Amino acid sequence: MNGTTRRTTMVGAAALAAGMARPALAEDAVKIGVIYPLSGNSATAGNYSKMALEVAADVINNGNADLAKMLPLAKGGGLPGLKNAKIQLIFADNQGTPAAGQNQALRLITEEKVAALIGAYQSGITLTASAIAERHGIPFVNGESVAANLTERGFKWFFRVTPVAIDFARAYSTFLKEQKAAGRKTDNIALVHENTEYGNSVGSVIIDQFAKDGFKVGQKIAYSANSSDVQPQVLQLKEKNPDVLIFISYTSDAILYAKTMKELNWKPGILIADNAGFNDPTFVKSMGSQVDGLINRSAFSAGKPGSVPDLFNKLYTKKTGGDELDDVSVRGLQALLVLADALNRAGSTEPAKLQAALKATDLPAEQMVAGYDGVKFDEKGQNIKAASVVTQMRNGKYVTIAPKERANAEVILPYKGW
Amino acid sequence: MSFTLVQVIVSGLLLGAVYALFSSGLTLIWGMMNVVNFAHGEFVMLGMYSAVMVWTALGGGPFAAVPIAAMLIATLGVASYFLLVRHIMRGPMLAQILGTFGLALFLRYAAFWYFGANFRTLPDTLVGGSFSLGGIRFEGSRVLAGAMGLVITLLLHFILTRTAIGSRMLAVSEDATAAQLMGIRPQRMQALAWALAGGATGIAGALIANFFYTSPTVGETLAIIAFVTVSFGGFGSVLGALVAGLIIGVVESVSAYAIGPVYKDVVVYILFVLVLWFRPQGLMGKT
Repeated sequence: MNGTTRRTTMVGAAALAAGMARPALAEDAVKIGVIYPLSGNSATAGNYSKMALEVAADVINNGNADLAKMLPLAKGGGLPGLKNAKIQLIFADNQGTPAAGQNQALRLITEEKVAALIGAYQSGITLTASAIAERHGIPFVNGESVAANLTERGFKWFFRVTPVAIDFARAYSTFLKEQKAAGRKTDNIALVHENTEYGNSVGSVIIDQFAKDGFKVGQKIAYSANSSDVQPQVLQLKEKNPDVLIFISYTSDAILYAKTMKELNWKPGILIADNAGFNDPTFVKSMGSQVDGLINRSAFSAGKPGSVPDLFNKLYTKKTGGDELDDVSVRGLQALLVLADALNRAGSTEPAKLQAALKATDLPAEQMVAGYDGVKFDEKGQNIKAASVVTQMRNGKYVTIAPKERANAEVILPYKGW
Repeated sequence: MSFTLVQVIVSGLLLGAVYALFSSGLTLIWGMMNVVNFAHGEFVMLGMYSAVMVWTALGGGPFAAVPIAAMLIATLGVASYFLLVRHIMRGPMLAQILGTFGLALFLRYAAFWYFGANFRTLPDTLVGGSFSLGGIRFEGSRVLAGAMGLVITLLLHFILTRTAIGSRMLAVSEDATAAQLMGIRPQRMQALAWALAGGATGIAGALIANFFYTSPTVGETLAIIAFVTVSFGGFGSVLGALVAGLIIGVVESVSAYAIGPVYKDVVVYILFVLVLWFRPQGLMGKT
């Protein structure tokens, strides 16, 4: 008890000293550390997210007339509440390993003196990187890691904007109930997941939620990510022949599963793939035609022309040279906008003030790039207004099929594949 | 024996032949000059990118990609030998390890820079898709890679044991000074070994690209298997790599199917440790 008080006082004093030593000047840029997998097997996702964040920073720093009608911070000239400070993003590569993520967090905080951190894509890396931020009393805003335990650690400096496993599990369960009501077979469910933080936690949440809703997962296959071969798994599935199959995989394995299912000529009636690898633009581009009818979730739905997501998508497409915003990149972009809004209201880069501003965040649905109902954090730092749409792969592109009010296409089943 | 188990074993054998295919270059370099090429996985990766480039730029399948990849990676092998390996061989063992390891990192990040981090895949129709034989499924591109794996390992074995040039290469590996006294130029033989190893590795990459994804880090995933295969079979033994590749492929497939995919590596490595315990030189390695 005593220790906690002393530590809090010391952090407070340190923050105060930092604030006094370095008053924010008009031209001072506010540094934000961004940790993403820029190399390693998830580098595609990390590099797309990097570009999405650069688009958002550019809109805040240099303005965009169309977006300014809806977004207060899109007028240009930086953050008005923070003496027009511009946003300076400092990117760091987590190399796909928790240890590297941790080192980068430490470097960004102690050497680059960033005001806050954003990252780190893989749940397992967000876990270690955010622990460093917590120890140093620096806010960590996470845009895309969904492992349940991230917000169960009693952290005071961790804020998560993305919907989490339980939200997806409910979305999938609701979807399956509708399919069952429509007369499709859903008795026999198989779950294949990679065995790091992401796959294990999302997998168990889905199994629990399904059990509550009367769906039984009869076959559960865990595998090590970045496999050299997935034929045995597909053969196990082929033998049991489930009606519904759920994949939780990163890109490299997603590609192998899609290829191997075709090679061994087996497909389930309904195939659900939880995001990650199956949403990677390179997967969609190269394997999209092999997994037609695949059910997925997404935080991105382009919406009507002239809407916030549509305008950001256009800016992003211009930057990437043709690739559209996707579920992962849009959630990263949204995280930066949430942090920028908090910095603007805090009027300071002092950690305690920024923390208070993040806690008070209340963004409306109209300002969302991602398909959320808004942003508002609970006491654990989880965004309670986060939401997901259910999508389906159709001719190499994802269309939105649920919920009804956001859907732009009807579901077509059974799963077609290739 | 259940029907699926037959399919699992067939898949495992094909996988094993592919493992042998991309391990042969590594074992050849070791056998010729006692150097472990830590950049081997990156050689495979660049062979894969050669096939991807041949397809995207020329629309060519494996018939064009295999010779082009073989030539490119053989050239890379010779260049690595003259620019790097020849010099570090004079240094201590650690310098050799770190030298080729540095080469691996250089090639990997050069690939990131040039090709980007995106995953590439080749269309599966390039080698005629898949077919069914007596109810067992075969993937054309895997059969081609597996068959080439057998052919190339046997060919390398033949060159080393049955030809004059092979004898000269082996002479250099046994005693370079003595070989030089017999009128053999050690550097020329060693460069030839790197060219052969590079060529075999390039072919392996070009064939694997037909059914695997290609990315700058794919070398990491594959290199570990190559190192296990080569030490299992015996460093320097091309035939050993073939036998070890087949054993590992089948053990991996069967254990993943019967016990669970998470445990397949445990089973493979227990077997690996046991083999090295009783035969530290590997299945067919020389003591």
